[in-house]
Amino acid sequence: MIFKRPDKLRNSLTRTRQSVFGRLAGLLTQTELTEETWEELEALLIQADVGVETTVALVSSLRERAAREHIRQADRVQALLQEEMTALLNVPGRSYLPGEKRPLSVVLVVGVNGSGKTTGIAKLARYHQLRGERVLLAAGDTFRAAAIDQLKVWADRLGIELIAHQAGGDPGAVVFDAVGAALSRRVDVLIVDTAGRLHTKHNLMQELRKIHSVASRQLPGAPHETLLVLDATTGQNGLAQARTFGEAVDVTGLFLAKLDGTAKGGIVFSVVRELKLPIFFVGTGEQAEDVAEFRASEFVEGLFDQGGL
Amino acid sequence: MFDNLSNKLQDIFKKLSGKGRLSEADVDAALREVRLALLEADVNFRVVKEFVARVRERAIGADVMKSLSPAQMVIKIVHEELITTLGQPRQLDLSGNPPHVVMLAGLQGSGKTTMAAKLALRLRQSGQRPLLVAADTHRPAAITQLEVLGRQLDITVHSEGDKVPPPRICANAVDRARKGGYTVVLLDTAGRLHIDEEMMQELEEVVRLTKPGEVLLVVDAMTGQDAVRVAEEFHRRVPLTGLILTKVDGDARGGAALSIRSVTGVPILFLGTGEKTDAVEAFQPDRLASRILGMGDMLTLIERAEAAFDQQQAQKMEQKLRTATFDLEDFLEQMQQLKKMGPLQQILEMVPGFSSIKDQVPEDTTEKQMKRSEAIIRSMTPAERRDPRIIDGSRKRRIARGSGVSVIEINQLLNQFRQMQRMMKQASTGRGASSLMGRFGL
Repeated sequence: MIFKRPDKLRNSLTRTRQSVFGRLAGLLTQTELTEETWEELEALLIQADVGVETTVALVSSLRERAAREHIRQADRVQALLQEEMTALLNVPGRSYLPGEKRPLSVVLVVGVNGSGKTTGIAKLARYHQLRGERVLLAAGDTFRAAAIDQLKVWADRLGIELIAHQAGGDPGAVVFDAVGAALSRRVDVLIVDTAGRLHTKHNLMQELRKIHSVASRQLPGAPHETLLVLDATTGQNGLAQARTFGEAVDVTGLFLAKLDGTAKGGIVFSVVRELKLPIFFVGTGEQAEDVAEFRASEFVEGLFDQGGL
Repeated sequence: MFDNLSNKLQDIFKKLSGKGRLSEADVDAALREVRLALLEADVNFRVVKEFVARVRERAIGADVMKSLSPAQMVIKIVHEELITTLGQPRQLDLSGNPPHVVMLAGLQGSGKTTMAAKLALRLRQSGQRPLLVAADTHRPAAITQLEVLGRQLDITVHSEGDKVPPPRICANAVDRARKGGYTVVLLDTAGRLHIDEEMMQELEEVVRLTKPGEVLLVVDAMTGQDAVRVAEEFHRRVPLTGLILTKVDGDARGGAALSIRSVTGVPILFLGTGEKTDAVEAFQPDRLASRILGMGDMLTLIERAEAAFDQQQAQKMEQKLRTATFDLEDFLEQMQQLKKMGPLQQILEMVPGFSSIKDQVPEDTTEKQMKRSEAIIRSMTPAERRDPRIIDGSRKRRIARGSGVSVIEINQLLNQFRQMQRMMKQASTGRGASSLMGRFGL
């Protein structure tokens, strides 16, 4: 493993175990299946932000299966639920930056304000660096005060070059220059930061669309990934965010940020269920190294893991 | 959604008997829907349970008011209970001797720095002398961000770089305020996780050294079920005096505010409503209650309209309507303002009762029509725009060539415009007002 992901992920998930899912796991290993078990199960999923609709869908399909397979033990149900939840998150046929190695891969990073885009970009940059790739950053957030400075600090720390214009400038122009620079400097990956925007702001979403098309006009096929950064603390609004950003710029995958808190990002179950978007990365801290490739089985397993309790 | 909730409740009561008085069965059926609506709004599961129990107690056996249907009665009770739970608005407490210390705390990305600047501006407008304090030494460029905002607003920012411990910076800032005649000290602390022991200790130290009169938790309106745990933990470490809900300009229903208010009892003070430094509002319980119940769409629509139409133009337009001098030039201007609000499809979706109509309108037709109308009007001479009655057959053919449409379409547009003029004349004389409102489901 090239970086400390198992520890980090495990640590952050330990806290989950001790909280909602810990209780869930405790509950499931106990006794026989009763009506109460199912109700409690629903309650616990809802408290993990899984959302009413997805919870009901998960639990009722589990109930059917338990009836079909004559399962009466509650702990067997845990294994089944784990299976169903993992299956739900495993979007088939899509990996991060798939296919043959390109001369230049462009990754566009989008999301609402404060979701963790800039920190997420530092992590992505580090991830690519550790894979031995040359990275260039583009400071596409020209709006928020000191957003450029923030990215600059990260770029300097990581020893990466940054393409930036003046604050208040046109983000489309930044992207145009950055793609040009990335091509002539022969870097492997260009990561583009964008200003945080609420998905309900029509004109800002139009601006994002423009940034996207500037990239694709200059380099056919770009951006090769458009990542939506989703804050793990976010509740049901996460689904609306994913929908609207998806409509505007064709989001190709998710970066689940801030997974080191006690919130567990249960909203991804709804997002993946409806939009079939893969989750590529999880952010687990404030350092550039605090990032892990997302693995559904690990994510779900960790939620149920009894070890250490 | 609110629309949705009332419809659902109406359906339930249609099937049930017990008119005149709410029976237990009626109420329970209705409360299942209420429960769902609250969970969808991210109100914490436990809080929903308690809340629904309270509503149940009030609702069972309640007399249905003559003017209301049973469904409306339940909503009325729910709404009232929500308002009671959300509590009364409160101003910042600036009693006692200045400088008053106000500390902002919260998770990463909740919007503390932006809110600090907004509060500073608001305080200055009310005659205070605010001092902003850059106490976030952790996030890269957080200090610069506050300094930039301070420069924009011409408000002093106290910063000592990122090497001095934040509690020290805050204490120094209070000293500086005392000597320099600043009346309010606003501490912008670093975003932190409630389970980060070291960082929470730092926060306790800031409180110990500066004795803030207000400790405000800044919470993102999009926060999910975990809001309760975050707030409880912050409250345990640094007793909170108030709550600020940010990013309310989105479409999140903001149930977190209800959850936090319920479990901590801390009052809600302000709402952050945009990225500009003046986008902050005092909390209004009825408005937030409607939003949590899902009426936020309508509010968003109103907000968008307010943002797109500037006040002066609206007044000018009103004048024109009253004097019936509304011409095609104004028609064009109105269309352009409407465009600023976003796609018509999206707008229709937000108007109660219109969401079903929206599905019948094929995507983009309205947009295309508007573009076409714009092209037609732009192909007219100023004289034609001012007085469309002069547009005869030959002028129509010229306009058709200029805008690339058929003469029929020009006739259609002119007809539409005449109808609109007539409607407006009626509205301005008061006769047509009710039918006009009816059109928009108000």
